[in-house]
Amino acid sequence: MKKKNEIKMSTVKEVLRYVGGYKFLLALSILLSTVSVALTLYIPIVIGRAIDLIIGKNNVALDTVCELLVTVGVIALVIGVIQWIINNINNIITYNIVKKVRDEAFEKIETLPLKYIDSHSYGEVVSKVINDVDQFADGLLIGFTQFFTGIVTILGTLVFMLTISVQITIIVVVLTPISLLIASFIAKNTYKYFHTQSKTRGEQTAIIEEMISNQKVVKAFSHEDEAMEEFDEINTRLQKCSVKAIFFSSLVNPTTRFINSLVYTATALFGAFIVINSSGTEGALTVGALACILSYSTQYAKPFNEISGIISELQNALACASRVFEFIKEESEIPDDAEAYVLENARGDINISDVSFSYTDKQKLIENFNLNVSKGQRIAIVGPTGCGKTTFINLLMRFYDVKNGKISVDGYDIKELTRNSLRQNYGMVLQDTWIRNGTVKENIAIGMPEATDENIIKAAKASHAHGFIKRLPNGYDTVLTENGSILSQGQKQLLCIARIMLCLPPMLILDEATSSIDTRTEIKIQEAFAKLMEGRTSFIVAHRLSTIREADLILVMDKGKIIEQGTHSSLLEKKGFYYNLYNSQFDAV
Amino acid sequence: MKKLLTHMKGYIKESIISPLFKLFEACFELLIPLLVANIIDIGIAHKDKPYVVKMCIIMAILGFVGLGCALVAQYYAAKASVGFATKVKHSLFSHIQTLSYSEIDTLGTSTLITRMTSDMNQVQNGVNLTLRLFLRSPLIVFGAMIMAFTVDIKSALVFVVAIPVLSLVVFGIMLATIPLYKKVQSRLDKVLGVTRENLQGVRVIRAFGQEKEEEEKFKISTANLNTAQKFVGRISALMNPMTYVILNIGISVLIWNGAIQVNLGELSQGEVIALYNYMSQILVELIKLANLIISITKAVACGNRVQSVFEISSSITAPDSMPQEMDTQYSVEFDNATLKYISSNEPSLENIDFKVKKGQTVGIIGGTGSGKSSLVNLIGRFYDVCNGEVKVNGVNVKEYPLEYLRDKIGIVPQKAVLFRGSIRDNMKWGNKNADDDAIYKAIEQAQASDVLASKPDGLDSYIEQGGKNLSGGQRQRFTIARALVKKPEILILDDSASALDYATDAALRSSISKIEYNPTVFIVSQRTASIMHADLIVVLDDGKIVGMGKHDELLNSCLVYSEIYSSQFRKEGV
Repeated sequence: MKKKNEIKMSTVKEVLRYVGGYKFLLALSILLSTVSVALTLYIPIVIGRAIDLIIGKNNVALDTVCELLVTVGVIALVIGVIQWIINNINNIITYNIVKKVRDEAFEKIETLPLKYIDSHSYGEVVSKVINDVDQFADGLLIGFTQFFTGIVTILGTLVFMLTISVQITIIVVVLTPISLLIASFIAKNTYKYFHTQSKTRGEQTAIIEEMISNQKVVKAFSHEDEAMEEFDEINTRLQKCSVKAIFFSSLVNPTTRFINSLVYTATALFGAFIVINSSGTEGALTVGALACILSYSTQYAKPFNEISGIISELQNALACASRVFEFIKEESEIPDDAEAYVLENARGDINISDVSFSYTDKQKLIENFNLNVSKGQRIAIVGPTGCGKTTFINLLMRFYDVKNGKISVDGYDIKELTRNSLRQNYGMVLQDTWIRNGTVKENIAIGMPEATDENIIKAAKASHAHGFIKRLPNGYDTVLTENGSILSQGQKQLLCIARIMLCLPPMLILDEATSSIDTRTEIKIQEAFAKLMEGRTSFIVAHRLSTIREADLILVMDKGKIIEQGTHSSLLEKKGFYYNLYNSQFDAV
Repeated sequence: MKKLLTHMKGYIKESIISPLFKLFEACFELLIPLLVANIIDIGIAHKDKPYVVKMCIIMAILGFVGLGCALVAQYYAAKASVGFATKVKHSLFSHIQTLSYSEIDTLGTSTLITRMTSDMNQVQNGVNLTLRLFLRSPLIVFGAMIMAFTVDIKSALVFVVAIPVLSLVVFGIMLATIPLYKKVQSRLDKVLGVTRENLQGVRVIRAFGQEKEEEEKFKISTANLNTAQKFVGRISALMNPMTYVILNIGISVLIWNGAIQVNLGELSQGEVIALYNYMSQILVELIKLANLIISITKAVACGNRVQSVFEISSSITAPDSMPQEMDTQYSVEFDNATLKYISSNEPSLENIDFKVKKGQTVGIIGGTGSGKSSLVNLIGRFYDVCNGEVKVNGVNVKEYPLEYLRDKIGIVPQKAVLFRGSIRDNMKWGNKNADDDAIYKAIEQAQASDVLASKPDGLDSYIEQGGKNLSGGQRQRFTIARALVKKPEILILDDSASALDYATDAALRSSISKIEYNPTVFIVSQRTASIMHADLIVVLDDGKIVGMGKHDELLNSCLVYSEIYSSQFRKEGV
């Protein structure tokens, strides 16, 4: 519990740090709110005074009443202007902070070590940047507007009521919090209904997701009726528990209203008695004052009615904020050294010496890895799933840092190079294609945004993507959506290949780059690759042994180690691991 | 949204009772200021303490009865809104089931899922709030005015002016901000899009060194969002101050008018207070009404999104009556069939023309995007051709009732999907009435017996959503078994052996060729090995047939085929 509070405190501090950037606006907002609340509370007093002057026939001080009422109008106008200013200040502070938090969170995404991104689901991070920040913003706004003014209102009404009548004030102060107690009592007892409701809702979402995202299978098997039956069963259960949850939770409002009306009645009753008893005496309670105090009692009750909602909103906002701040505080990649060398147009000599690496301390993966590659060599990496191929690429690109040993390019330890320049010297095509939201053109030109249309088309032709791009509704200007769903997997791979055909970097990494492309197109691309690879150091990972036969060096990896290396024919002669792997592909024919 | 409301049928009683009791509650609330006026004018003026007590007791009783009414109203509102949502969800689910592949492609499954979940929750919430508050708030507003008339007609005229002016401000601002809020939402979606994109593409972005550019892009999108938020904020921030000012001016005029009347002896002090109280009640309720309207507009927007799904009807309609099946030797015939997807402007399949005899095995091969899957999807009429015909058993597929047509066909889709539940449940998708023997048989034919044997509970073993607890190859074999449980006349394997090793693939093909009911088999594949023994091989390129025949013929006659073959079998060729 204590620890929880500490987290809360540190979050609050963090929030204050952001808010602190708006010290002047914040102070202004608080000042204006106080003024506005005070003026708001002053209005009933003026009206009360006016009412006291309206006594009976031929007994109304019309001049004074008029003056008082004009005052009311003027004060109201002032309050209106002040409130509008406050609202705008609060909006500015909140939305600017939100932008800042989002921008910082995004910068974090760009600098986080891959290790973090690989081990967290995208949905989780997205939800932090979007939903959590939104909730945080709501909380901030509520904090500024309702929470602060609520407190000022409570204090203000108290003071004003006390100046009118101590006795009635006591009645109001004692009775009002009862509604709070009842509200929290109801909330506690409806929790279980909400719990069942959210559980059942989860079940329903699960079946909706399952059936709708596989609608094609459902239709192919004419399984519609069964799916409907299953859905209806859950739907009916959800109906039952939802009614309960909604009903019980909606008890809060009428009950507090009931309590408030009791408080109002009690105030009226005792107020009337006091007026009657004190009439004629010095400092008698007037009818106007009673009207005023009645109006205060409702204003006093209002923040109490809202307070449980506000507090849970604030708690929620704080919890969301702490998740976002935690994310922003995640450790970034160690930044490039100030003196880091910018590698331009590498020759492509790569030396890997004594490298070891593992994702977790428990499981060793790559150990004592040694390899010497000289410019223009073609290195193929083969091995069963999980042998360390992808890890090897992660290290080459410095997505992960080696634990021990060193990788150098053109004689430079890659840790002495800027990450950016190292990575830009590699052209990488991965099995997991990634298509960005944007036109085909933008997608191809990702590494070279300034490329001309002519060059882009040339790159597309080189990767044999031109044919299908031409057939898209708007050709190169067709907008591709998030998952590029109008493209097949193979077409996406072709686009990814076009990207490097455009940049023509000095070294290549092809990780199953053609796995979803049919063999015929693949042959053509291989030809293009072959041309591209001339003079370029390249690493090729592939399942299809046919694509790696022509490599200068084949590394056979298993469990993080190189277990065999050599050319295709020398490895076949050896009749080892590679020999078995190669033959398994054609055994069944 | 309107059409959705027809689902309220069956909850009419509830939807009347709920607002009605809310009305009662509101009426009681409206009586309070009158009672207070009486306390002042009669009780205090005449120093009549018992009268004051009596009035206060009446006020307490009214409060209590009001609570009772509110509870009744809340209960029926909950019942009606949840019942309504339940019905809509039912119809929506069943409607989605009727949509064809084309519509599902256009809508996208993720949209459909949000419509059914979060959008529906908003709608339910909106209906609930509407039933509870939509009558109450206007009633209090107008009720206050009517009560004012009963007190003093001249003073009531202030209400007649104040209420429209207040409503104008409240609703005007509301209407002005709705489209702006939509804009905010769409800009937030954009921010979300960029975030997700950057996570998914982190390796590519870093490989191309685009981090700074991406940050700039993100900052532009958050700045756009920020501008939109502030703009709408500035307008909606007008609401409370403006209503406040108007109300207080109204109150001043009211009291001024009251003062004159009292001076003339036409009104009492207590009555002036009552009028003042009524005026104050109006604002609270108008603001509630305004907030309610915000929730309702949200709900209506969600409701319209849900409605739009209902409005999309299946582009594929089928007759209910059985056609006369021909006595023909052909199982499937493509007669100059051309297919064009809605989203593309060039046909995906052009002039496909070939016939398949009953019991034959057809191999379909071709490059990525050459139209292989599209072609087999035409047989079960998952898409409609835009030209030409597809016939099954000599009858155009458009003349079959869909269920009847699809019952003839066993499909193994490219993506091997299994569903939550036991293996048996999954197998029964093929045939509800299949007994365990039939299931075992199908599993054996699909070469999945060893997978089944490795499961501790046999057919009762639990499969997780999407079949996550099985490997790709295991899943594929079970999806094949599922199709075989159906004992289909036509079996379609849509690249469904890709995760199988060559040996299992071969064993599978040989076991399928031995099936006693002798189905017509379509095998879609990228591997020549999978289809080279077929009775007929159809070679597709760019949506057109570029070769047809047996393996040996095609090797000599079809360039595309021989290229594919040699790329995979260079070992033999060399």
